[in-house]
Amino acid sequence: MKRHQYRADALIEVLHKAQELYGHLTEDRLLEIAHSLHLPPSRVYGVATFYHFFSLTPQGEHSCTVCLGTACYVKGAMELLATLETESGLRAGSTSADGKLSLLTARCLGACGIAPAVIVDGNVAGHADPEVMRARVRALLDED
Amino acid sequence: MAARTLTINGTLISARSNETVLEAAREAGISIPTLCHLDGLSEVGACRLCLVEIAGSAKLQPACHTTVTEGMEVQTDTPRLKAHRRAIVELLFAERNHICAVCVASGHCELQQLAVEVGMSHVRYEYLSPDCSVDISHARFGIDHNRCVLCTRCVRACDEVEGVHTWDIAGRGTNARVITDLNVPWGEATSCTSCGKCLLACPTGAIFSRGSTVAELERDASRIATIVAARNERW
Repeated sequence: MKRHQYRADALIEVLHKAQELYGHLTEDRLLEIAHSLHLPPSRVYGVATFYHFFSLTPQGEHSCTVCLGTACYVKGAMELLATLETESGLRAGSTSADGKLSLLTARCLGACGIAPAVIVDGNVAGHADPEVMRARVRALLDED
Repeated sequence: MAARTLTINGTLISARSNETVLEAAREAGISIPTLCHLDGLSEVGACRLCLVEIAGSAKLQPACHTTVTEGMEVQTDTPRLKAHRRAIVELLFAERNHICAVCVASGHCELQQLAVEVGMSHVRYEYLSPDCSVDISHARFGIDHNRCVLCTRCVRACDEVEGVHTWDIAGRGTNARVITDLNVPWGEATSCTSCGKCLLACPTGAIFSRGSTVAELERDASRIATIVAARNERW
């Protein structure tokens, strides 16, 4: 915040940094940001909830992001997502109760050539097969 | 201030150069339906009900956000605009749970009035029937998200007139809701001054005064019997 001279228009940069440092945004942190940047709390909350990138709940140890862009959709991304939802017992956009896994979706990863694409812990997996992905998710969930 | 001459629906009109098409039309007695516009607040151009046709432009332009230019030819009431306006109002109805019969604002509601004006007899779209909450944690006011059309008039009134900015919009798309402070119940929003400007700005019954809802208008008919019984005892 200091780097941005506590400027109100640096809100998004500050939120980015806070999420990077702490993993997610808590209400206390949002309130602190609002006070420091002299912004109304409702504005800060509004911005934090508008962008999918910002998360107000803790993210899982592992993450699995299924691309739902047009190309991936055509190549069966919904089927893939449904398989992973049943396997993990999670709904897209949520985290398992033990904090192991977050199942997420993305609009488009820009990797349409390898559709359907999935990102597991930052690694892109192309031409994702539902059965293979099911096994990978199972492995992440069962890991100690 | 330089004057501009334009035609609206074929009528010659002169307007000041900094005026919007909406202002010029209203001054000339031509009505253009609006919802998110409120005199005194900034324009957001969100409701798209004031869209007009301007000769030379294939795109429809919002009258509240378009400044008049010399020789502009504006049409405000073509069949195409009427169809769009009706569709917009229908979509507003389909998005939340608007039930006029039990609403505090019935008869004084801008949305209801708009539906009458655009000739909406039924809604052609599937209702989303979202699960919306009602917040009556504030001592004097309440908010029913079922009736909110997200026009942001309360947000702007609170920010621009009261200078507090208790209200804002959280989330996006169908999950968008007006919130107070950090999405806390209204009664716990410490920045709220309870001035009631949001209540004045709300076009529907979403923000209402406590005590004015249908459920709160309780009548205790058994009191008649009590009175009669008491009189019988006395005489």
